[in-house]
Amino acid sequence: MSGRVEITLTVNGETVRRTIEPRLNLVDFVREELGLTGAHAGCEQGACGACSLRVDGKVVRGCLMFAVQVDGADVETIEGLAQSGRADDLMAAFKRHNSLQCGFCTPGMLLTADELLSTADHSSRAEIRDFISGNYCRCTGYQAIVDAIEDVQAKRGG
Amino acid sequence: MKPSPFEYVKARSMDDVFNTLERHGDGAKILAGGQSLVPAMNLRMALPEVLIDINGLSDLGTIELDGDILRIGALARHAEVGESALVASHAPLLAEAVPYIAHRGIRNRGTFGGSLATADPASELPACALALAANINLASRQEKRKVAATDFFKDIYETAIMENELLVSVDIPVKREGELYGFLEFMRRRGDYATAGLAAYASFDGDRVESMRLAFFGIGATAVLAPKTAESFIGRTIDQATIDNAVPKLNDELEILSDVHTSADVKRHLSCVLMTRVLSGMV
Repeated sequence: MSGRVEITLTVNGETVRRTIEPRLNLVDFVREELGLTGAHAGCEQGACGACSLRVDGKVVRGCLMFAVQVDGADVETIEGLAQSGRADDLMAAFKRHNSLQCGFCTPGMLLTADELLSTADHSSRAEIRDFISGNYCRCTGYQAIVDAIEDVQAKRGG
Repeated sequence: MKPSPFEYVKARSMDDVFNTLERHGDGAKILAGGQSLVPAMNLRMALPEVLIDINGLSDLGTIELDGDILRIGALARHAEVGESALVASHAPLLAEAVPYIAHRGIRNRGTFGGSLATADPASELPACALALAANINLASRQEKRKVAATDFFKDIYETAIMENELLVSVDIPVKREGELYGFLEFMRRRGDYATAGLAAYASFDGDRVESMRLAFFGIGATAVLAPKTAESFIGRTIDQATIDNAVPKLNDELEILSDVHTSADVKRHLSCVLMTRVLSGMV
């Protein structure tokens, strides 16, 4: 039996209640059920990081969790991060440094960079590269992304 | 939707886990971090009838010191293990290995027990468990048992865990003064599975090796110890001469399988390079 399950969770600060199939991946849930299409479904097997979301404060792969698992959890998507204002300087730096071209990786990249900037005091370029190594970008060659993160880190006093 | 349909059981207690395992046998799979299982389900390589989600069993996530044993709960996330002060002081080999496991987003979710239970031959933690002489604690409704890491990894993705059992924690003897360790792997890109890797551990009597464990991974069906090679160091110092003496022994001892990217010959060569580098740089 694979009956539908009711889940209640917080998404970007708002309470959401839906009835879903257990096999629905979390990224498909936020995109298709909630219309939050900032998180992208890329490889759908955990390699590319385009589906990154924050669950209970930690950035995770949206394609490697089921929506049924976030019953009771606090989920933040790129839309929530953008609305929070917490990453305004980071987003501005991405724009200033040309850290995106097609933009497919950008939501996941921003969430991962935000986690780095909020958890580490100071990161070298090598450490920044290491931290974002699970978010693939096929346009920029990463240089400009590292530039932007380093810039924000310096301006925030890190 | 990508995975095939399954029944989802959110375990509230160990009894929930055992009840479901007993009812469904190998049709049931334990969902811990899901960082190997869910991709396999998305690709429909894994088709479980029932998923038993153990993430609510918070007792399974603790990292604690019990005398001279460091006990890591099955649900401890890789990121937690990597940042744990207890791990850093009592099993620093693990702190060294964790950054090699995939990427941050995966380490935030993937679990210590899940990695051992999955037994991917190219993953880091099975080799660490061998190098550290860990014991794996398994529980069924009827009994609790301890399985030495050397008896745990049976074949590719196969372990000693029986259908009615859950991996609950892992016991690691704490590092004693003077013991040295090293960890290194070759991979195609940061975070990829290893082309070849080595977790090494040694104890000393003065500057002479008293015991040594060399655990290779990414080279065969399971992570594997090289006891004959390690034995060649017993009673001797680790220096260029003893390492040079050990290289042909390692060449003979390792049974290596090619994979899609790398031939057995290259993996054999890399294993010897790893041994030389790791033993030269042990801390």
